[in-house]
Amino acid sequence: MWGIIRQKVAAGGGSPVARIRPVVSNLRNYSSAVKQMMVREALNSALDEEMSADPKVFLMGEEVGEYQGAYKISKGLLEKYGPERVLDTPITEAGFTGIGVGAAYYGLKPVVEFMTFNFSMQAIDHIINSAAKSNYMSSGQISVPIVFRGPNGAAAGVGAQHSHCYAAWYASVPGLKVLSPYSSEDARGLLKAAIRDPDPVVFLENELLYGESFPVSAEVLDSSFCLPIGKAKIEREGKDVTITAFSKIVGLSLKAAEILAKEGISAEVINLRSIRPLDRSTINASVRKTNRLVTVEEGFPQHGVGAEICASVIEESFGYLDAPVERIAGADVPMPYAANLERMAVPQVEDIVRAAKRACYRSVPMAAAA
Amino acid sequence: MRFISESSEERIPCYRVLDDDGQPFPDSSFVKVSEGVAIKMYNDMVTLQTMDTIFYEAQRQGRISFYLTTSGEEAINIASAAAIKNDDFVVPQYREPGVLLWRGFSMQEFANQCFGNKADYGKGRQMPIHYGSNKHNYFTVSSTIATQLPHAVGAAYALKMDRKDACAVTYFGDGGTSEGDFHAALNFSAVTEAPVIFICRNNGWAISTPISDQFRSDGAVVKGRAYGVRSIRVDGNDALAIYSAVHAAREMAIGEGRPILIEALTYRVGHHTTSDDSTKYRPVDEIEWWRTTQDPVTRFRKWIESNGWWNGDIESELRSSVRKQVILVSLTISKYGLLQLQH
Repeated sequence: MWGIIRQKVAAGGGSPVARIRPVVSNLRNYSSAVKQMMVREALNSALDEEMSADPKVFLMGEEVGEYQGAYKISKGLLEKYGPERVLDTPITEAGFTGIGVGAAYYGLKPVVEFMTFNFSMQAIDHIINSAAKSNYMSSGQISVPIVFRGPNGAAAGVGAQHSHCYAAWYASVPGLKVLSPYSSEDARGLLKAAIRDPDPVVFLENELLYGESFPVSAEVLDSSFCLPIGKAKIEREGKDVTITAFSKIVGLSLKAAEILAKEGISAEVINLRSIRPLDRSTINASVRKTNRLVTVEEGFPQHGVGAEICASVIEESFGYLDAPVERIAGADVPMPYAANLERMAVPQVEDIVRAAKRACYRSVPMAAAA
Repeated sequence: MRFISESSEERIPCYRVLDDDGQPFPDSSFVKVSEGVAIKMYNDMVTLQTMDTIFYEAQRQGRISFYLTTSGEEAINIASAAAIKNDDFVVPQYREPGVLLWRGFSMQEFANQCFGNKADYGKGRQMPIHYGSNKHNYFTVSSTIATQLPHAVGAAYALKMDRKDACAVTYFGDGGTSEGDFHAALNFSAVTEAPVIFICRNNGWAISTPISDQFRSDGAVVKGRAYGVRSIRVDGNDALAIYSAVHAAREMAIGEGRPILIEALTYRVGHHTTSDDSTKYRPVDEIEWWRTTQDPVTRFRKWIESNGWWNGDIESELRSSVRKQVILVSLTISKYGLLQLQH
């Protein structure tokens, strides 16, 4: 070439790349069956196992190889599988998404990483028009077994162009599946399901969850573990009010449920896991039991996930509702940067508690305290 | 039947004025810079370097959440700013605060934006380093890569329609040339004959992606011809070369109504941002070599010294007074407080 020496530096600045640690190192003393696993590790191990099981699976995106992933999700994979299966792409989301879809048309199984889903807007034409609609438009002759994954929604102090939530955008498109994990079990099971799925899947992770640890059972750690697409999980059973959430908000909802329990309100928290297809039967069965619904999401309110859930419940379970549906969403403004403003733009535990109380006819102030 | 080769025998040559010791090559021609302008250029390069050091440290201390430096690219920033006029509309990427500095943005105003306090023109809505100023004709930094290129072409077209004696100037990195917007912007600028100067800071790295993984062409300069855009390759660490090239580009852009592409070869001495540790993907001695032997600020200082416009005493005085000024600003920033939501 032009005498440009490609610098192959061992990742870690000299120290050997850490291999995927054997899971026994996560053993905790208090229970022989329960281990702790970070979401980051859950995603990494799912990618590793699927790449190992199927040579057609490959990873592409910015910084996924030498840098070990912008958020270290693909750590160790370049070293293990080589540059043919872990591709560091130039900066062109439109370009590499188009290339990924082309590879999927041919029969490979690309996993395309967006550094954040904000950048997927540069590629959205390929996601929708080249991937999502092809199977239908070809009446089944073309299959696009591709996964688009990356962090979605708000992080901490990253401003408007790095905090947008795309769940509602992608979930409105027939031909796409849209998943959003919360725990490590979700991350492993749903990513494996996504990679194995013959259709395009949008996999919405969360940057702030990457470092969180969750208990995982031996079944979850097994390489054949997989979660069904389109099934929600009831994280906490309750009988007074149903709270629906996905991704990071599930954690906040569980905290809200703890607070509500102390005040005599038993909240049922549903972790959606799958935004499209939405598990309408689980949601409706829950509302028929509790008669009250609070939908919570980080994204903008108009045309959001909560709006769809509300419509579904009204269509199927209107007679069971004892109170208007409460919708908690991010503030209807581009995400501000200053910490005090950002806090006000994203749902907090107190907002969920207040909404649940309103649904249960407890008197509460309407507006958040400044 | 003959195929055009994918690469030519020789690389496009690079225009240079000053050698590594800051002395003009015997046969080099360049646009003369007056003592006053040269001193201001040097002052601003030192200020930019100092500001980067102090604010980077402030991020490490947890006082601002994010920062990125312009280390190694001070000449591109300041010399290009010096060669254009205040009416020229600047549309930056994010590694060009020096242009704003040249135009009179104060240390206080830079700090206000980084800290997101009450005096911030952006009212705390933007991440640090997303500067912008209407009165300085410097469009607000946006995180999205290369989207500013078609914006600059549109602005240039408007300037042409208004028959203004001004052009648009836009900056981007080697990584930005991979974006679809680069193609659209260059193509459109040629077809619409827009007075826009495209300045590519080819600093060798797009986060961890080296240029060998970014493109297989001879850098960015050869892409100009593909679109019918006049181009030049310049030593980005040579302030006089940058000044001359941008000066000439501006005359052509406005006088002839055409776009110009300038590729400035340089090296990103700092990490991509405070969220990066570049020693993880490139050798430390490579970084050190560029930082010490190729420093554009040092090279320019040697030139102004050899002209008798500068000496060691003024140098120490400048360094210490700029450092004091920047530190003072960064320490007193909290007096402004954060903007509260008003109902």
